[in-house]
Amino acid sequence: MSTSSVIVAEGLDLTFETNDGPVHALRDVNLEIAQGDFVSFIGPSGCGKTTFLRCIAALETPTGGRLSVNGMSPDEARQARAYGYVFQAAGLYPWRTIARNIKLPLEIMGYSRADQDARVEAVLKLVDLEGFGGKYPWQLSGGMQQRASIARALAFDADILLMDEPFGALDEIVRDHLNEQLLALWARTGKTIGFVTHSIPEAVYLSTKIVVMSPRPGRITDVIESPLPKERPLDIRDSPEFIEIAHRVREGLRAGHADD
Amino acid sequence: MTEGGVLRNLAAVLTVVGIIVVIWYAACVPMNIKGVLTQAAREGVAVVPEDAAERRAASEIGLVWQNRFAIPQTWAEDRPRLPAPHQVAIEMWETTVEKKITSKRSLIYHGWVTLSATLLGFAIGTGLGILLAVGIVHSRVMDLSVMPWAIVSQTIPIIALAPMIIVVLYSIGVQGLLPKAIISAYLSFFPVVVGMVKGLRSPDHMQLDLLRTYNASGSETFWKLRLPASVPYLFTSLKVGIAASLVGAIVGELPTGAVAGLGARLLAGSYYGQTIQIWSALFAAAILAAVLVGILGVIERVLLRRMGMAS
Repeated sequence: MSTSSVIVAEGLDLTFETNDGPVHALRDVNLEIAQGDFVSFIGPSGCGKTTFLRCIAALETPTGGRLSVNGMSPDEARQARAYGYVFQAAGLYPWRTIARNIKLPLEIMGYSRADQDARVEAVLKLVDLEGFGGKYPWQLSGGMQQRASIARALAFDADILLMDEPFGALDEIVRDHLNEQLLALWARTGKTIGFVTHSIPEAVYLSTKIVVMSPRPGRITDVIESPLPKERPLDIRDSPEFIEIAHRVREGLRAGHADD
Repeated sequence: MTEGGVLRNLAAVLTVVGIIVVIWYAACVPMNIKGVLTQAAREGVAVVPEDAAERRAASEIGLVWQNRFAIPQTWAEDRPRLPAPHQVAIEMWETTVEKKITSKRSLIYHGWVTLSATLLGFAIGTGLGILLAVGIVHSRVMDLSVMPWAIVSQTIPIIALAPMIIVVLYSIGVQGLLPKAIISAYLSFFPVVVGMVKGLRSPDHMQLDLLRTYNASGSETFWKLRLPASVPYLFTSLKVGIAASLVGAIVGELPTGAVAGLGARLLAGSYYGQTIQIWSALFAAAILAAVLVGILGVIERVLLRRMGMAS
């Protein structure tokens, strides 16, 4: 284990007891995520990618193995507010303006009034939503709402950002744009990002490390260290390196399916 | 809405009202014909058939056909079985505008007596309903123990329960406004409990998980998420609750033989066969309920707009 590892999973198991018998959501998951990594989790439904992210966030409790976040147990990390979590839907409160939605975690964490205002300004700029602080969520498009929810996760000092298919409900063009912005944001903040997705191009374009998973039981089938440079224009997706990594991801997904 | 749209809606409403009024006037004719003919025969007017016993056995429609001259009189009786709309309207006008508010015959006076019990009962019922809902949402024990009783409480006919409440409270020295308000509260707390429980539980898993990632406390979850999310549900319940409160206050006036209130007017009207008085008290109650629900609707709109939840 290197000292810069922020998330370490060793032999992680999670079994849900259901009426139809036990469901192995995760089996023997081993993974190390280093400081500043952008890690994508990709795989078909039921492969445990979201479950693994939720384990890191202490929203699920593993039934076996070890998992540490910033050297703590996930629940201690949650109580230390070590990460921001972005869900599939923006989940903004309709009765709060965008600025007050972003203040929600700051109020709960007890930041001072002046600090709250300064942070809201800063993160609105970061997600390119300057001037929209006074608007209500219904006045914004779906893409803008999702950006606001990312801003909400960035507003407090957590150096880990966990994102569960944040752009899944958005159309291709908006998604490309947000992917580009997310990379810029990652470069500027140096956060460690865990990112769940269904999309191969999205995973390859964004990540320094791609974790390919497969279902029944949920497990890791391949971990790919991306050789792509940190600086990634959108047209890097036509380069041979990009296509080669995408091919390897696809092979990994297919291998996971072969033993069905 | 455009001006044309407003006019069209107004035309639709007036058409429905017009149809109801026409049906009402038509219904008055057979309903009242026997009384009118009895009165006419007593005054020496020739009616068909002449024999009173025969008239009692005859069908109303046949009597109307044979005594068409008597039709206008069916809308002008002193104590009709079914008063005509204008009779009710005139009675309401006389007992609201033309009577002093302090008069025992003023509908406004009686309306106020009922309204004060309604409002007090509504306040008690709403407060109790919200408290119970908060308890039910936060405590599994309360969910299992209180909710069934709340449901059972509403299956008992209030007309059977009201006299007992009043007698029991009277025996411990409580009388006047409070017993009526308690019957009101008994009817109005239930919709508030049901709506508020639904509202407090309306935030989905994702929103609760989000607060968990912030390590938010239970009270922060309540004040910042559950309570604001429940406001639209609460108002829907309050509108049902205030109408139920009014019914409760009126029912509470019946068994006591109360001398004041819309319920007392109904009761006195039925003792003395004053159907016009009964109907005007009924309309006063309906108008009062409509106004109360309307006021809640305005408060709801203003509040939701200020909260940013309505455009």
